Amino acid sequence: MEDRPADPPKSRTRWIASEEASGLALISPTLLYALALLFLPVLIVIAYSFWTQDYLTIDRTFTLQNYRTALGEPIYQDLLLRSLVISLVVSVVTVTVSYPIAWFISFHGGVHKNLWLFLITVPCWTSYLLRVMSWKVILGYGGVMNTGLLSIGLIDKPLTTLLYNSNAVVITLVHSWAAFAILPIYVSLEKVDRSLIEAAHDLGDNKLMSFLRVTLPLSLPGVISAFLIVMIPTVGDYVTPKLVGGKDGVMIATAIQAQFGKGANWPLGAALSVTTMVVVSAIAGLVVLMLKLLVRLTK
Amino acid sequence: MSGRHGIPKSRWLPAYVGLYLLFLYFPILLLPIFSFNNASTTTFPLAGFTAKWYASLWGNSAMLEAARNSLIVGISVAILSTVLGICAARALTRYRFRGKKPATGLIMAPLFLPEIIVAVSLLMVLLQLGLELSLVTVILGQVIFCLPYAMSVLISGFDGFDRSLEEASLDLGETAIGTFRRVTLPVVAPAIISSLLVSFTVSLDEFILAFFLSGTEPTLPVYIWGQLRFAAKLPGVLALGSLMLLISILLLTLSEFIRRRAEHRLRAQGAQHA
Repeated sequence: MEDRPADPPKSRTRWIASEEASGLALISPTLLYALALLFLPVLIVIAYSFWTQDYLTIDRTFTLQNYRTALGEPIYQDLLLRSLVISLVVSVVTVTVSYPIAWFISFHGGVHKNLWLFLITVPCWTSYLLRVMSWKVILGYGGVMNTGLLSIGLIDKPLTTLLYNSNAVVITLVHSWAAFAILPIYVSLEKVDRSLIEAAHDLGDNKLMSFLRVTLPLSLPGVISAFLIVMIPTVGDYVTPKLVGGKDGVMIATAIQAQFGKGANWPLGAALSVTTMVVVSAIAGLVVLMLKLLVRLTK
Repeated sequence: MSGRHGIPKSRWLPAYVGLYLLFLYFPILLLPIFSFNNASTTTFPLAGFTAKWYASLWGNSAMLEAARNSLIVGISVAILSTVLGICAARALTRYRFRGKKPATGLIMAPLFLPEIIVAVSLLMVLLQLGLELSLVTVILGQVIFCLPYAMSVLISGFDGFDRSLEEASLDLGETAIGTFRRVTLPVVAPAIISSLLVSFTVSLDEFILAFFLSGTEPTLPVYIWGQLRFAAKLPGVLALGSLMLLISILLLTLSEFIRRRAEHRLRAQGAQHA
């Protein structure tokens, strides 16, 4: 049955029995669910972003006013910019600290590769809220870090600069996303042909050069997906900035949430959401493009 | 020093791996440590061992209610996303059809969307439709979020499936449904169980969608969020969190164990055929 080509069918009955029809029929419940509860809602958010709200009534005349506010008001500009900077820093740091781990598992994991991967992923599957909480416990004024530093005499009074700023947000987010970055890098490292590295060594490259000229370029696809997997969700993170961010760590999700809560302005909230999505996609696209160019240059 | 294939093996790498694991596990292990601490502050040195924070959970009706809600949501989400995941994963691994890529992209999209945007867009639609926020709306939303996880487990489980077994069964006169039940299902069952466990774990921990869509019926994470405002409630939260941690790790270990045993079996089968 599977050998039958998926060419345009000649008659309707034959199409119904075809592979194409079976595949579509089988996927349709899931697809319809995703269309109804993901695609459609996002379309509605986009529509709302061009409308205005007066107390509880929605005015459906087309306007760009929400975008003028979202992009023009200093407060939203600041929040968006800070969210982007934080998530870019988090992505770069996460990918950088995770790469050696992925490399270690792939090249030295031996028969225990799966066990290593499991060990690395377990913390990332455990309660997100509590992981953030626990960073609060570590970095707080009377926290583990301060009491530790005090007891070994490195400082003589607790540091107040650990918690409630963007550094705390970055540390917490790096911790949350580490495993998600390791996995794609690991997958692409597994695909690297080991004999190419051997060849580089035989031809006189030292460890570093063979890594830079062979291993790293070949694993770039994994690096790109790791980067995106971390960057895209962190831009809109709500919990971490709220719990450990303090005043300097507020990010765009807090502003979006505020517009959907009391004193609501749905259209403005929608415009902020759409702006975030567009900017994130644009940056993601740019990053992919840049890294692809880099790959071409190193070839 | 040189390992196999001339791949450099450095001395600092194992040390780095150790440090990294410490960074990953330290915050997680801190919770259970403080949950047994006989003081309501989270500072070292520990004040002494106590199980009173755990005991206090039993009398806490709001917490028990939230736990019940989480259980209802988790089980429903696990079943729904696994059933929908099976349909899609089977279609993707078994058939060729047009629109495969965009369809996959749409189903996996929540991995690549800020979760808050999924949450607010769902919230807008549900309120527009005049639906009351409840556990049902949480379930509907979390399924969207869990589908990519269920799908990746299921696709990898279905991928190794030998199609000729099904064909043989059909040739021998078994019906399509009978073939699925007696041939396909036993082979893919481990993937299905893994998907159920993973979806349940994800749902148990999911906060943003539950926060936006749960109305007056909090799940455990939403309940915890409410408690975090009160410093005095912290030890109880730590105890609850440690229990949830234990459950998550148990479920994940179980899921990994099942997945791996199935992988071994498939490999053994493949060796037999060869």
